[in-house]
Amino acid sequence: MPKSATPSRLAVRKTYKLYVAGKFPRSESGRTYLVDGDNVALASRKDARDAVVAARAAQPGWAGATAYNRGQVLYRIAEMLEARRAEFKSLGVAGAEVDAAVDRWVWYAGWSDKIAQVAGGANPVAGPYFNISAPEPTGVVGVIAPGSLLGLVSVVAPAVVTGNTVVVVASNPQAAITLGEVLATSDVPGGVVNVLTGRAAEIAPWLASHDDVNALDLSGVDDTELATELERAAAGTLKRVLRPTSGVDYTEDPGTGPMTALLEIKTVWHPKGF
Amino acid sequence: MTATATSRLSGLPDSPADLRTFLHGLPGVDKVGIEARAAALGTRSVKTTAKAQAIDLAIRMVDLTTLEGADTPGKVRALSAKALRPDPADPTCPPVAAVCVYPAMVPTAAAVLAGSGVHLASVATAFPSGQAPLEVKLADTRDAVAGGADEIDMVISRGAFLAGDYAKVFDEIVAVKQAAGPAHLKVILETGELATYDNVRRASWLAMLAGADFIKTSTGKVGVNATPPVTLLMLEAVRDFRERYGRQVGVKPAGGIKTTKDAIKYLVMINETCGDDWLHPDWFRFGASSLLNDLLMQRTKLSTGHYAGPDYFTLD
Repeated sequence: MPKSATPSRLAVRKTYKLYVAGKFPRSESGRTYLVDGDNVALASRKDARDAVVAARAAQPGWAGATAYNRGQVLYRIAEMLEARRAEFKSLGVAGAEVDAAVDRWVWYAGWSDKIAQVAGGANPVAGPYFNISAPEPTGVVGVIAPGSLLGLVSVVAPAVVTGNTVVVVASNPQAAITLGEVLATSDVPGGVVNVLTGRAAEIAPWLASHDDVNALDLSGVDDTELATELERAAAGTLKRVLRPTSGVDYTEDPGTGPMTALLEIKTVWHPKGF
Repeated sequence: MTATATSRLSGLPDSPADLRTFLHGLPGVDKVGIEARAAALGTRSVKTTAKAQAIDLAIRMVDLTTLEGADTPGKVRALSAKALRPDPADPTCPPVAAVCVYPAMVPTAAAVLAGSGVHLASVATAFPSGQAPLEVKLADTRDAVAGGADEIDMVISRGAFLAGDYAKVFDEIVAVKQAAGPAHLKVILETGELATYDNVRRASWLAMLAGADFIKTSTGKVGVNATPPVTLLMLEAVRDFRERYGRQVGVKPAGGIKTTKDAIKYLVMINETCGDDWLHPDWFRFGASSLLNDLLMQRTKLSTGHYAGPDYFTLD
């Protein structure tokens, strides 16, 4: 190649680091691996442990925020994701898929202050009581995410919109960490979403058996043997486990199922005056 | 330290001037050096069986503490029960060293702890400020001992110390020691208010000369609590004091130690500074409340093989 007249710039190559507690740390283990020529942090069980601590610390504040506020934050995510459309496309995500992911954030943003009316309500009872059911977030959710950006958004958004916090094990690291960068600039409190990149088979068992994880979403686990093993480990602490039975088409309307699966219904009996 | 200072002090100070000469004759502390040393000692990796032993030792060294205005008899009873059996699910888990409460709560805790071997410590002497007349402090101490406390955590008058009135601080410690009678006396230096490492060294020696059985860093009620460099400095002081006077004094860092990792760093520091002799609950304590749960979670992680969560341990 002929030398150009002007000196060429040095390439600025990006290292895709983890997204934990609102920061982008390297793996505690110091390990990295190559994905399509990019350096990506290879998370260890201790990164998972730290992520759970961060998620637990963030959970009461996030669940305590008003539904209206959480909706605004989710809408802000959609705005920031829209602005990074080109970056996602350069990572090989189709334009239509980015659009669908943005729309999904908007859709879930709208649900934040409506899901309580749909999943809960006043119950008629045969006694002098007000009887009210209200959905509450399950807590810290471990998510083994599917590979596509839309799939990732479709499992994270329904968990966090209701006040859960998540530890995500992502299988498409560049897109997932770029989504982490979107979240970090979207008023999402640190620790609400934590993204780990690496081998699900290495990290997921630690999340499944962790006493401080309340639910486990196995949407991204294709290996049925691993899924069964994770379900068994999760049973030790009576975690809620989501295990989609067959391939899910994330372009379809998800319905309220993904949200209600990670809600606990609290029912209050309140004596009525005579 | 010069030989003159030592000989003058061999029978404890004759006059306030001697005490001042002695304390100011102590070598100055190399701030950069002690901080670097403390940081270096914090980098050791303690794993598997060694970690399991360290955790059990740390549990045995905990002074399980509640010093809130909102302490109720119920909370103190629950805390005392926890001190006896920190992990109800695992009978191999050792009890903690002591329970530490306000004097008003001493009888409540004593009723639970009686005959168990778990000590009962009480803060006294107008904790945490120490700004009260001596008579009040002594009455506070006598009350706590009468209620059943066998360890007294007293605060020094930082105001007097910083004003240079070492004799007053010395006399107070001697008087409280006398009032405490058979109870062990821990002297809280409140290092966060002493401003310099030199002052911490002087206060450590002053307390030991006056008869302290333990020197303790902090009340936990000010912004700066126990830090590794300050604890290292105090460990050096007790080591040098034993070398010179033949009496062993314990050390208790308090406040701000919340994780197993921190606790193990302190254990490494003891081992490297004073050696085995201080690696025992009789000579080293952690003044802490939330540390115990982290120790229990780490212990559970080692015994079960999976990470433990705070939901499975009592809050108090």
